[in-house]
Amino acid sequence: MDQFLIKPLFGDGPVNWWTPTNATLWMALAIACIAALLVLGTRGRAVIPTRMQSIAELAYGFIYKMVEDVAGKDGVKYFPYIMTLFMFIIFANVLGLIPMAFTTTSHIAVTAVMALAVFFSVTIIGFYKHGLGFLNIFWIAQAPLILRPILAFIEVISYFVRPVSHSIRLAGNMMAGHAVIKVFAAFAALLAIAPFSILAITAIYALELLVAVIQAYVFAILTCVYLKDALHPSH
Amino acid sequence: MEGDLIVLADTGKYIGAGLAAIGSGAAAIGVGNVAGNFLAGALRNPSAAGAQTATLFIGIAFAEALGIFAFLVALLLMFAV
Repeated sequence: MDQFLIKPLFGDGPVNWWTPTNATLWMALAIACIAALLVLGTRGRAVIPTRMQSIAELAYGFIYKMVEDVAGKDGVKYFPYIMTLFMFIIFANVLGLIPMAFTTTSHIAVTAVMALAVFFSVTIIGFYKHGLGFLNIFWIAQAPLILRPILAFIEVISYFVRPVSHSIRLAGNMMAGHAVIKVFAAFAALLAIAPFSILAITAIYALELLVAVIQAYVFAILTCVYLKDALHPSH
Repeated sequence: MEGDLIVLADTGKYIGAGLAAIGSGAAAIGVGNVAGNFLAGALRNPSAAGAQTATLFIGIAFAEALGIFAFLVALLLMFAV
């Protein structure tokens, strides 16, 4: 799978942490696109929005409403962080769908950093807001007393598994989608099934576009859910 | 004899990775259940459906997480063990 390899942009030297690679390029492109959309889009501040302005406003309003609905009124304070995550992931995913592009979010290293950042910030927010009362998240008061230690054990495991599932969901979906397209592209070389293969690639490409948007949404909404747990630890 | 054991271990690895892929099918059943039940509920009371799409996606994400663990096990068997 050539498309997932990290290569230096200039020359063929070893990849160090300071080497500009194709991952660097596509992350920078994602940031540039977001900046262009949000800065250029809202520059006019027209009452009747242009196309670009309405896209920027829709994205903003959509995420704002989601944070408000899922995390509650006091979660709105953390809206900029969730908006940043959503915009970066959606742009990285969709830019990765351009043929010959590099999908930064298909690497677990990238998604794990984002998921761990969410995990640690949510844990710190929880302890900061509630002190040791945050541990109530593991101690379910509504359950019968006998069940509570068992439930607490399960809750602790599920809490620490969160960053794993959070990061691998995004990376796995992106990687699997691109791998499926690659497999069908290999079938296209056989003359007998080439038409079927090309049709399948078209259909899967459309599906991948949907998945790219949905996974960005799911990442953002799960961040909101974790945030809600940190803000209101008692179930 | 030594070579036979290595081949056997490799075979077991691939069989295990294939078995782990069953988990993806199980996750598909779970996600289908969530979405199907959402649709059934939404058709009975369409006016309440719009507010529940966030819940739908959270449910799908949690059901899918376990399929992702199966995928992770397959990946670990293929490349890490």
